[in-house]
Amino acid sequence: MTHSPAPVLEQAADSTRVVRTRRSRGEVLARLAQRNGALATLVVLVLVMAVAFPSFSTAGNLSQIAIQSSFFAPLALGMTFVIFTGGIDLSVGSVYALGGVLAAWGSQYGPVVAVLLPLAGCGLIGLVQGTIIARTAIPAFIVTLAGLLFARGLLLILTDEGSTTYKVPADSAFLELSRGTFLGLGWPVWITVVLVAVGVLVLRRTSYGSTLLAVGGQEDAAELMGLPVRRSKVIVYTVSGLLAGLAGALTASYTASGVTTLGVGLELTAISAVVLGGTLLTGGAGTVFGSLVGIVLLQVVANLINRLGLTNSNWQAVVNGVLLVAVAVGQVQLSRIQARSRPGDD
Amino acid sequence: MSTQATAQESRTEPGRARRRPDAAWVARNGVYLALVVLVLLNIVITPYFVSASNLRLQLIQAAPVVIVALGMSLVIGTKGIDLGVGSVMALSAAIMPLYIGYGTLPAILVGVAAGLVTGFVAGTLVSRLGLQPIVATLAIFVGGRGLANVIGGQIKNLSDPGLVRLGSGSTLGVPNTVLVAAVVFAVVWFVVRRTTFGRGVEAIGGNPRAAELAGLRRARILLIVYMVAGVLAAVAGVLAAARSQASDPRTLGLLMELNAIAAVVIGGTPLTGGKVRVVGTVAGALLMQLLVSTLVAQDVPDSVAQMIQAGVIVVAVWVQLGRKRS
Amino acid sequence: MTTTSPPPPATAEQPTTPALQADGVTKRFAGVTALSGVSFSVQPGSIHALVGENGAGKSTLIKVLTGVHRPDEGRLLHHGAETSFGRAADAQAAGISTVYQEVNLVPLLSVARNVFLGREPRTRLGLVDVRRMEREARQITRDLGVDVDVTGDLGRLGLGIQQMIALARAVSIDARVVIMDEPTSSLERREVDTLFTVARRLRDQGVAIVFVSHRLDELWQLCDAVTILRDGRVVHTGEMATLSRRELISHMLGRDIDDVAAHGATGFGDAPATAGATGAGSAGGASPAPAGALVGSGVGSTTSTPALSADPVLSVTGLDARAALHDVAFDVHQGEVLGLAGLLGSGRSETVKAVYGALATDGGEVRVGGRPVRRNSVRASLSAGVALLSEDRKAEGIVPELSVRDNIVLAVMDRVSTFGVISDRKVDALVDTFVRRLGIKVSSPRQLVSQLSGGNQQKVLIARWLCTEPRVFLLDEPTRGIDVGAKREVQGLIDELAARGLGVVLISSESDELVEGSDRVVVLRDGRVSARLDGDDVTSSRLLAALVGDPASDDAAGTDPEEGAR
Repeated sequence: MTHSPAPVLEQAADSTRVVRTRRSRGEVLARLAQRNGALATLVVLVLVMAVAFPSFSTAGNLSQIAIQSSFFAPLALGMTFVIFTGGIDLSVGSVYALGGVLAAWGSQYGPVVAVLLPLAGCGLIGLVQGTIIARTAIPAFIVTLAGLLFARGLLLILTDEGSTTYKVPADSAFLELSRGTFLGLGWPVWITVVLVAVGVLVLRRTSYGSTLLAVGGQEDAAELMGLPVRRSKVIVYTVSGLLAGLAGALTASYTASGVTTLGVGLELTAISAVVLGGTLLTGGAGTVFGSLVGIVLLQVVANLINRLGLTNSNWQAVVNGVLLVAVAVGQVQLSRIQARSRPGDD
Repeated sequence: MSTQATAQESRTEPGRARRRPDAAWVARNGVYLALVVLVLLNIVITPYFVSASNLRLQLIQAAPVVIVALGMSLVIGTKGIDLGVGSVMALSAAIMPLYIGYGTLPAILVGVAAGLVTGFVAGTLVSRLGLQPIVATLAIFVGGRGLANVIGGQIKNLSDPGLVRLGSGSTLGVPNTVLVAAVVFAVVWFVVRRTTFGRGVEAIGGNPRAAELAGLRRARILLIVYMVAGVLAAVAGVLAAARSQASDPRTLGLLMELNAIAAVVIGGTPLTGGKVRVVGTVAGALLMQLLVSTLVAQDVPDSVAQMIQAGVIVVAVWVQLGRKRS
Repeated sequence: MTTTSPPPPATAEQPTTPALQADGVTKRFAGVTALSGVSFSVQPGSIHALVGENGAGKSTLIKVLTGVHRPDEGRLLHHGAETSFGRAADAQAAGISTVYQEVNLVPLLSVARNVFLGREPRTRLGLVDVRRMEREARQITRDLGVDVDVTGDLGRLGLGIQQMIALARAVSIDARVVIMDEPTSSLERREVDTLFTVARRLRDQGVAIVFVSHRLDELWQLCDAVTILRDGRVVHTGEMATLSRRELISHMLGRDIDDVAAHGATGFGDAPATAGATGAGSAGGASPAPAGALVGSGVGSTTSTPALSADPVLSVTGLDARAALHDVAFDVHQGEVLGLAGLLGSGRSETVKAVYGALATDGGEVRVGGRPVRRNSVRASLSAGVALLSEDRKAEGIVPELSVRDNIVLAVMDRVSTFGVISDRKVDALVDTFVRRLGIKVSSPRQLVSQLSGGNQQKVLIARWLCTEPRVFLLDEPTRGIDVGAKREVQGLIDELAARGLGVVLISSESDELVEGSDRVVVLRDGRVSARLDGDDVTSSRLLAALVGDPASDDAAGTDPEEGAR
């Protein structure tokens, strides 16, 4: 297939029609706000907290926030790509827990197994889910819901119905994964940075990224355009599983054990982060970096709530709920402003 | 002539195979089939299954799910979803004990009112502020249980005689919780099949733009639907708490939203809305409940039970979808 | 600028291997035979028209040719070799490229990305070369006569531009066979010219082109050969130039040539109140039920054409809608059909939507029967007696999972219920009347409306609005996408509605339909009224002249509000 413009098109038109789609200033601002609203909120929040709580801006506190975020960031990243295609992955919380257990159990065979086993197992679950979603008409909601139950069931089997908690050997190199540092930042943070960078690259600079957005934006058109719709869906859910497994492994390394009760509701936290970051839940458009911002924002809010003395995680939940609503409403208003100056067709 | 072609076309209806029970028939009625199969299976393998006390037990345990699923089916009918029902259950059960001092009925009413309010919030977010249902109700899911925990604190024992009678008593031989579920079923069925509101729900889910252009009040219908879902979830919460005579905001209603959604979809109501299958929803809820109790009765470990549930959900939906796409 | 295409190259006479060929293809769907023994072939270096009413099988044939469907019988040959495509992508990979009627691009992605989706130019590292992609996209669109920001979202552009971009994409794929399915439906005149230029160049390079269009004039302008389908069979194949318009129409309709000559191309003017009439005058094949009065006496009780009363039943003044309409004003009298004409983007649909309250207006007044109607409220318009049949029945009309009867009474549910409870008796009475009266073909009113043909669906929607007993009926492309038989029935119905005293506003892109159907015509341009045609002026040529307008203002630097400073 040729890459150069088809010669047949050269100067095919007698005259040129200039189409300037006017962007009002309000619309430009709205678009900016939608894309970067979460970042702006985060920046403001951080500044406010730095002023209000002197102990906020300590290296210790900030790196704590960074590390905590980096455990969940891979999850949110995987979810972001799934949402690009207009799908959803409700299984990531359970798969995350499964990853942790697999890592803890595998750590007795060495650090390599401790990392590869969760990746393989969780990736496999993602692969199966992706295949079902790509090849049947069953909605992703249902398939990953089943995945949630299945993964948790598997988890229970591996741990004797939840009674066994595998511990990572105290001298295992696997622990270094979460505790070691490089240039002052923990490995998980670096992993997250690399993942986000790769994610942005894939989205903007690869055919696969455009395909995902096309599938989410207008799937029938994508089919007719000859894009590999099925394959892209299978891949995206597999990657989501892989990343959930990775996050689980990182957590297991940090806590030195495979806790089985983790991750309940985590998928919804991931979805919250994605929404906060500015990606459309309906698919077709979005930002990778935004999801990272969303995760960090949630962590900072958690930090804030702790400092306000409301150590009860329930207040956390309430605030997260309100925050989600506020941001979502803001985004809707912004989209409405943008839609208003779209030209009408007859 | 082309007219002949269209006449031919109009005579072949995938959903109305009059000749033989083909795959389409199975798809439409699969949930009932599965229910029958499961019941038969239990008759064989579960001792005392057919006893009156066991049947009572099954129905009592199914009642809250049925009620929540009925509310959920209306929401899904409008192309929406309600992820907050579990948290609403917890919230209503957490509020109720605080007002028990004013009497049984007032306490129940306050609990139900909690559902009304959250439904109002969700409905307003969706209908007036344009939020997607999944986002709006996600917020309720996240925030609602937190609020319930803040209000409720710890497990409260509920020994109010009125509540106990509601949760464990019977009227005319029928357990009260089952009675409530049956009434809700009858009302929802009637509304969906025979009222303009029911048509409105399906029209809005089927083609929101067309419904608006036909003069339907989309915003109002949506608001009502979410409020109903909230109220029904609250009722289910009250019943569940009354029955266990305890209110534990941490666990009450956990995963209920997923159960309810599964029940609705298995029962034949598409996730994309436009059609509400009330009887199917009840059958789906009963199926899910019966499945769980079968697994428990057979001493199947939790782990395997969950995996089986997962498989059943996928297969059930697949069958239900199967022939639609031919 | 109408030029006829040059006579087909002499090589068409010699036996050459067709670029793409369907041989004895039969395709069935759930009991309906869409194609029956169809043999169709297109030669390299020729533009081959594929004609037929909706339901004749054109779309199915195209889908078979492009791999979307597999034939049940018969075979497909590509450059003489028997092939079978598994998916659309396979056909594309084999060098068959399609421009679809609906723009099949991704609105949320940029123009540049859309053009190159799946075939993006790469840098040495294998990543997408965004700069080059944008540069080439800019070049391609310029060549097609469109200067647009290729980094902007596609969805922000008008349909016509989007279609041109779809064309660019299809053509830049370097295909040997290009299929164009109603490519001009959204295009302006100059864009159509550009498209023709591109098509001719492709042909001169030996590409085989299949051209589907309802706009019959275009066929003689562009095409070398023609195949006519009717009811899933080929009824004629031959040279384009030697076929007359009347012959073409009569093949398409299966009706006698002289018949068509005597009664015009459309169903307007067919004998109205003599229902059940056979032969020449009645709508093709299906006669509507006995001429009982239309249900809803608000329509008027007279059976003869009333004299146009002095006071208008609909009066629109100063209608303003942000960026779309400016100071639009017109009147419609009882018993009158007002045609609303204009090119794509001129604001016709926006106007009727604004009158109906479905489009937000900033100013203006709508009066029905002399009384003002609250703006921006569909419910207010409905109670005042205004009804709107939308252009897009799939997106704005049909509720697919509901039955025919539920769809029909959707707008009048309050009237057929007591305290919210629906009365089956009332519904059945209403539905039965309209099913008979409009000749809606259903096995039972409880059938799902999604199973009906396009024509019948349209009738269901018309029934829906007639239930509301309107005094004013706004019709936006009422005969689009339905077969000719149903088309004529609908046209006859419009006549009848007017005869019974309704005020009708008719939008149609087919000038025959607009001219034959309207008493007066208002022409819109860029959201403003640009011309009014009365009485004897309502002819095709006057209409065309009005649409084209003042030649001087047609150039790029004219009054096009979409243009910014260069």
